[in-house]
Amino acid sequence: MSGVIRTVLAMTLAFTACSKSEPKSDAPVDKKESAAKGDKLTVGFVYVGPRDDFGYSQSHAEGAKSLAGPDIKILEEEKVPETIDVQKTLESMINLDGATVLFPTSFGYFDPHILKLAPKYPKVTFLHCGGLYTEGKHPENVGSYFGYIDEVEFLNGIVAAHASKSGKLGFIAAKPIPQVLRNINAFTLGARSVNPKITTTVVFTGDWSLPVKEADSASSLIDQGVDVLTMHVDSPKVIVQTAEKRGVYSVGYHTSQAALAPKGYLTGAEWNWSTVYKDYIAKIKAGQPWKHLVRGGLKDGFVKQSPYGAAVGADAQAASEAVKAKMVAGDFVIFAGGTKDNQGKVVIPPGAGLSQTDPSLEAMSYLVEGVVGSTGAGS
Amino acid sequence: MVACEAAAVAFATVLFGVFLLVVGAEPFAVLGDMFDGAFGSSFSFQNSLVRAAPLMLTALCTLLPARIGMVVIGNEGALLAGGLAASAMAVFMQKIGAPGVLPMALIAGMVGGAAVIAVVGLLRELRGVNETISSLLVFYIVLAVFLYLVEGPMRDPASLNKPSTLPVLEENMMGPLPGLDVHGGLALGVVACLLAYVWIDHTRYGFAARVVGGGPRAAQLVGLPVTLMAIIVCAAAGAAAGLAGAVEVVAVHGSANASLYAGYGFAGILVAFVARHHALAVLPVALFLGGIEASGGLLQRRHDLPDAAVDVFKGLVFLAVLGSEPWVRMLRAKIEARGESKALEGATLVQTMPATEVGKP
Repeated sequence: MSGVIRTVLAMTLAFTACSKSEPKSDAPVDKKESAAKGDKLTVGFVYVGPRDDFGYSQSHAEGAKSLAGPDIKILEEEKVPETIDVQKTLESMINLDGATVLFPTSFGYFDPHILKLAPKYPKVTFLHCGGLYTEGKHPENVGSYFGYIDEVEFLNGIVAAHASKSGKLGFIAAKPIPQVLRNINAFTLGARSVNPKITTTVVFTGDWSLPVKEADSASSLIDQGVDVLTMHVDSPKVIVQTAEKRGVYSVGYHTSQAALAPKGYLTGAEWNWSTVYKDYIAKIKAGQPWKHLVRGGLKDGFVKQSPYGAAVGADAQAASEAVKAKMVAGDFVIFAGGTKDNQGKVVIPPGAGLSQTDPSLEAMSYLVEGVVGSTGAGS
Repeated sequence: MVACEAAAVAFATVLFGVFLLVVGAEPFAVLGDMFDGAFGSSFSFQNSLVRAAPLMLTALCTLLPARIGMVVIGNEGALLAGGLAASAMAVFMQKIGAPGVLPMALIAGMVGGAAVIAVVGLLRELRGVNETISSLLVFYIVLAVFLYLVEGPMRDPASLNKPSTLPVLEENMMGPLPGLDVHGGLALGVVACLLAYVWIDHTRYGFAARVVGGGPRAAQLVGLPVTLMAIIVCAAAGAAAGLAGAVEVVAVHGSANASLYAGYGFAGILVAFVARHHALAVLPVALFLGGIEASGGLLQRRHDLPDAAVDVFKGLVFLAVLGSEPWVRMLRAKIEARGESKALEGATLVQTMPATEVGKP
């Protein structure tokens, strides 16, 4: 196999050399070129959406940008679907551009795509966002990282509850999967810690990027009396814009959408991937081992809260900051013992509650009390 | 006629070059890298082939009905149904431990896709429902059912954040073609196009289908079973797209999930139209489109162009090829008229023949 790769590499190098320099370059020149390439660390980033989507892909592109420096070359490719396309994009980055570290950033890139490529390119490091690396099951040259953004969702809930007059919050989400449910639940628990009667009405659109459906859902929630909207979709853009146009508050996700809603943007839960990326790259450059499974929250600087908007009062800020301080100190539990789902069933056994690293949180399947909506399971 | 297509592509390339100049890129460097990325090396060529494979199959879903006079655009729906059926069959066969999981999954995929488009054919033949609209709407129904089943009853409980059906075991997956890094779907695509060509252009049944396409009333008058034929052709068309879905499951994803809805079906419609509904022409058109897709990454990485740049090129190519259609027809008419007049000169016949019977055979 590696023979084939080497041939392909050689052919590619020869080809690019032919097309770039004049008639025909000698073999030594080729070698020099590849050696010069080798000095720089070439890192590839792959995004599922456009890199200026005001959302998930942009949060990663911002992280990629933070790595810029003289001894690093950054390759980026956007709008790569979770099909064989991503395998070919990654291989193309390796074969044609000499990438040795790859950050395929969409969840669906992991299985089967990264798992298929990693054994084929053992010298390349594949670091994936969202996956759950399992020792012994997954290849050695693979790692996965993610952030506990539900911590910021809880804080957002506190801010939203202070702003809401109707006591009705709206949450537009893509699919009822564990990552999303955890965010909806944390947001609702945060809001109910301020006002125990407040509810979050959730709408599942069915997919990650459905702008028309997202705008419709936003309008219909506002018609039902919801006065603070938040979301978990790839790009929060249209939801934040719709909320602003209709004169209700919005709470952002992935990156800051404050620029889209100068009046109504309260705050938001943002990724801070630069922390993760800088750490990985520093370790790889120094030849140190890196961790296969990386997780972190507010304390680790993996996630952050958007600066409070103009509409956020001093009491709301104080309440949110107080909890944030506890979270950073590591003595705050979001999913407390005795928490009930919205059917009235106790889903977390009474007691100390679940710490952020608890694996059962990554398999969450319920909506907590106070959420109006259904996961669709069991119906 | 290949010359006309080539001229249209060349024209589109020049327009794209102007576009690149306007957005501040270097046209020659960009086009050179596009060629590198699509066909410039063994890796690039295989990259293009792998992207062309599903398009060959989904193109047939529009192409076959077109020959019998129907405009079907429900390719994506047939693909999803095929993928789901293939996954269900594979999971079932693995559960009972039966051999032949892969071929049975492929067959199930074809049946699944065939069922979807056959319904479209039935609706048109029996109830007079416009097949273009109904095939598009059937796609939405299939997508909704597909997502419901994948995220509900058929979901693998272990697929937490990416709802998927139970996996096809590694030993039952379709491997790469010998000596290539391209999955077996490419071979199936090529064979399907060849079969479609022989069937439509070189068999009595295909001739009858083309007669129906030329005029269903006339076909009925000469006693052809128009209804039955339309449904059979629709089923075959759906089977091709369904097979594409099955290949995605057994060669790429290993399960059915929302990633199957990636637009291969819709791209197939374009391929069929650019190939002017000629089954053999599908092969180069699909490869060309696959090549454009494969080169998109280099444009982003080396020239800092957005992903939409390749879409601009694709759009220009399709507009140029389809827009040149009237000229192509005119040219063909002239060539045929000249051929006929020469034949007449050669013979001693004084009879005049109408030179208007041109266009599609």
